[in-house]
Amino acid sequence: MTDPLISARGLRKTYDGGRVRVLEGVSLEVGAGEMVALWGASGSGKSTLLHLLGGLDVPDSGEISVCGLDPRNEEHRLALRRRHLGFVFQLHNLIPDLTVAENLRVPALANGEPSAATRVRVRELAEAVGLAHRLDHRIQDISGGERQRTAICRALMNSPRLLLADEPTGSLDEETGDTVFALLRHLAPTRGISIVLATHERRFAEQCDRVLQVRAGRIERA
Amino acid sequence: MRFLALVLVNLRRHKLRALIGVAGIGFGVAAMLTILSIVHGAIGMFERILAVDSHYLVFEKNVSDLFFSSVPDERTAALRALANVASAEPLLFGLVTSGDRPIITCFGLEPTNPRLAKAKWSAGRREDFGRVPGGLWLGARAAEFLEAKAGQKLAIGKGEFTVAGIFATENGFEDGGVFLPLKDAQAFFSREGVASVVAVQLRDQARGAEFKRAVEAANPGLLALENREFNQSYTQFKILHFTAWAVGLCAFLLGGLGVANTMLLSVFSRIREIAVLRVCGFSRGQVAGLILGEAVVIAAAGLAVGLALGCGTLFALEQAPQFNGYIQPVVKPGMLAGITATALVTAVAGSLWPARFASRIQPAEALRYE
Repeated sequence: MTDPLISARGLRKTYDGGRVRVLEGVSLEVGAGEMVALWGASGSGKSTLLHLLGGLDVPDSGEISVCGLDPRNEEHRLALRRRHLGFVFQLHNLIPDLTVAENLRVPALANGEPSAATRVRVRELAEAVGLAHRLDHRIQDISGGERQRTAICRALMNSPRLLLADEPTGSLDEETGDTVFALLRHLAPTRGISIVLATHERRFAEQCDRVLQVRAGRIERA
Repeated sequence: MRFLALVLVNLRRHKLRALIGVAGIGFGVAAMLTILSIVHGAIGMFERILAVDSHYLVFEKNVSDLFFSSVPDERTAALRALANVASAEPLLFGLVTSGDRPIITCFGLEPTNPRLAKAKWSAGRREDFGRVPGGLWLGARAAEFLEAKAGQKLAIGKGEFTVAGIFATENGFEDGGVFLPLKDAQAFFSREGVASVVAVQLRDQARGAEFKRAVEAANPGLLALENREFNQSYTQFKILHFTAWAVGLCAFLLGGLGVANTMLLSVFSRIREIAVLRVCGFSRGQVAGLILGEAVVIAAAGLAVGLALGCGTLFALEQAPQFNGYIQPVVKPGMLAGITATALVTAVAGSLWPARFASRIQPAEALRYE
């Protein structure tokens, strides 16, 4: 693999003053356009690993580089979130009283992008995921699947190179989960985005380019 | 969507909470506006009483209130004898009761006093002031609330007087007061031979400093102050100013605590959401700006509500017959600027800690927060 998008070596993370050891020396690399599944049971450390990769948290030790930036550094973290990374969570984490379109504009707002360009981008993404007819609907008025598709669109607003998805189908019924996963699976090759997907569902993990099994804070099998 | 839209959405989502913050600032603004306007109006009225056609005020040194000042008549005569003095008008202040009115200001003055010429006489003649034995003259408001007419007998304190004339002045204090010839007032208040203050008009105002030196040198117990100087140095005015601002600021302090509470609740109730904003690329500064922006909008709304409420209250007080026209609110641009600045500073100060807290939310930790 040349110039991996993510390169992590010996990541360790503990909580509660070292009493809870969550990650114990995790190393991984993810290439451009690759879709990698972090597969494991709840509490295995998948989400923590995603948080470290996305700069939402910092490791106790270990080396980490994402899109050539160091997520342990505050300025790099901000640059990563604004330009290189998109996040999708199990709970959609949208802002309830905003419309779908307004939720999609939030990342552009952080970047201070001109509203005309943002409007075009919002429309384009909403059409790509079949949400164009819902743009003016408020979040509480749309279904769970539509909310998760909105969350995916929001993660794509700043044209990221990497999408980190933490159990994006976890709160959805089977059929809706399949739809959302198919959307993510489609994104990687068509938009050239790397995706790291944390999931406990084997059927989704098996459809990714690579599966990294996470167990007790270690990557046991690649 | 712009940044401000996000601010407004956040406030709209918690209307009651935002309204409590707006009410806190609004009441602070209304209280400050009302108190300051009334105090400024009262001081203005008092200043005008003293400053009618005069340049300097001469009164007793080291008195806590002009009501307690005593300037002997012979000093007034000495002032009049000075070459640069065009006129020297003695005024004696006192408080009287009549019927169910426990406090009415009484002015003892000489017939030559210019305020008598400037007044609009609705009963009696200016020329008769001081020439009617047992006579008393009423300000128009005083005549109204005492339900007195010219020629009628009126009990004032332990005495009985005949209403010899009624006149209106622009000054609420004067309009709600009773007037006696100086000699009668001195006798009534048992202060024979003295006035509270002497208002002096100079022929050449440019030589005011010379006049002041001469008066104070010849009369060590007296003080001669230029009107402007008097207004700035008179202790009672200073106390009134200080009290007005202190009460207003206390009201604002409560408003600020209201805003702090509102913003803290607002931050605590959306910790996850703030974490998501950080995940979406909001910097610490932008998150803090969002919270401060909400506080500024609350302050602006509170300011608008407070100004409307304050103006309404002032209008009602000004019209209320119970206050005998003593309330003549004065709203100055500097006062409005001070209130606006205080409202903004209070709201921003109240939201500083919530903003700091919000900006330091750790996304990973907050996303685990339910």
